[in-house]
Amino acid sequence: MQLFPCPFCGPRDETEFHYGGDAGNARPDGADVPIDRWAGYLYLRGNPKGSAHEIWVHMTCGEFFVMERDTVTHKVLSSAALGGEHAA
Amino acid sequence: MTRRYSALSLFKEGLAGQTGWKQAWRSPEPKPAYDAIVIGGGGHGLATAYYLARNHGIARVAVLEKGWIGGGNTGRNTTVVRSNYYYPESVELYGLAHRLYEGLSKDLNYNVMLSQRGMVNLCHSTAEMEVGARTVNAMQINGIDAELFSPEDVRRVAPIYNFSPDARFPVFGGIWQGRAGTARHDAVAWGYARAASRLGVDIIQNCEITDFVIEGGRCRGVQTTRGTIRADRIGMAVAGHSSVLAAKAGFRLPINSYALQACVSEPVKPILDTVVLSPGTGVYVSQSDKGEIVIGGGLDRIPSYAQRGNLPTLETVIAGLLEMFPIFGQLKLMRQWAGIVDVVPDSSPIIGPSPLPNLFLNCGWGTGGFKAIPAGGTLLANLLATGKHNDISRPFDLDRFATGRLIDEAAGSGIAH
Repeated sequence: MQLFPCPFCGPRDETEFHYGGDAGNARPDGADVPIDRWAGYLYLRGNPKGSAHEIWVHMTCGEFFVMERDTVTHKVLSSAALGGEHAA
Repeated sequence: MTRRYSALSLFKEGLAGQTGWKQAWRSPEPKPAYDAIVIGGGGHGLATAYYLARNHGIARVAVLEKGWIGGGNTGRNTTVVRSNYYYPESVELYGLAHRLYEGLSKDLNYNVMLSQRGMVNLCHSTAEMEVGARTVNAMQINGIDAELFSPEDVRRVAPIYNFSPDARFPVFGGIWQGRAGTARHDAVAWGYARAASRLGVDIIQNCEITDFVIEGGRCRGVQTTRGTIRADRIGMAVAGHSSVLAAKAGFRLPINSYALQACVSEPVKPILDTVVLSPGTGVYVSQSDKGEIVIGGGLDRIPSYAQRGNLPTLETVIAGLLEMFPIFGQLKLMRQWAGIVDVVPDSSPIIGPSPLPNLFLNCGWGTGGFKAIPAGGTLLANLLATGKHNDISRPFDLDRFATGRLIDEAAGSGIAH
């Protein structure tokens, strides 16, 4: 069992967390967003091999946060609360 | 020299002391240029090369594999072959694969050990039985064999299932596909490799793609750990690593990579002669010809490129297995492993041109690529040979994520990936 660091609760079991997608995938704004931009926002993913910036939710406390993680070694590199409206 | 496999050649070689067998496929040095390059020496890539040579007469083809052929998901799956899907587009695709599998051993002159032992998807409630009836009706309308099983029917094909009154996942019936079954996964890779090599295809192992050669906005070849290799038609069939290659080519895909685990028990005498899937536990199980109980379940919950898998998912799978078959509690697990699968939002594959001209995609099979190998190869070969879709591959183009015409098999047939 791997422990993930919730910025609010500290290290907790991986089963308490849920993956929420790429960090920094900002929702397009406005009435005339081109189709490709919407498709990119909704579906296209970086899916990096190695270091990844991801949104996660700690389901037991309900907080969303950004975790930097290596997708090969599964090592957690950093974990930070969401700042402002969008994740960096 | 014995090239063709048959009972007669086996007998003759027996008399000759097994000295005349020829190497199954050649291992040539890469040439500087080919008519077509296929990236990925798994089942889909090798099948693509074979059908390019056989169906389209294009044999100046290289298959480039970063490790050894069949060493990725082709060698890591649970070997189930089936076509019990919901939407007509999926039925065309997986139906083609299933039909080709039925003739594959003769076609390749290589025994892929297809065993059509049938598969039952269990239903654990009256609501699931209603959905099961809907699925069976859809399959029958689409011309795929399917039967709605009663609890007695399930008991007949899987008598060791937990039918006790206090079972957590009681059986209300099931969806039966009699033509489903298993095939020897390594033999599929080796059979396609041997047949493709005999038609002139170069199979080049330990050859990793480091970059694409892009000239005038088009893909004109690849840079590899064994030098630059040029071609004007390049297909990629690299499963969980599709996003990594896409990044080198300058585009993104609607894919997340996850580990999918499987495990086998020690070999035991024949006890389960069909494939059983329980949507309640998310576990599917069969018995290999060697006697091992082959166990698979759902995806790991964490996006990953690590080919090993995490413990919580394995625990869930084993707990589910023991709910289904308490008798297996006595078994020892012999091996556990994971493959990296390319998961797409609508659980359907991506087949078609990529955003980079001359580069074509065969990816997004998620947890179900093995059963589709003959179709994936046929369709990518057709794209590479003609540059155009046919009616079967067209619905699976990447453009469906912009047009919104998704083929949502997660909702349609209830598959988890």
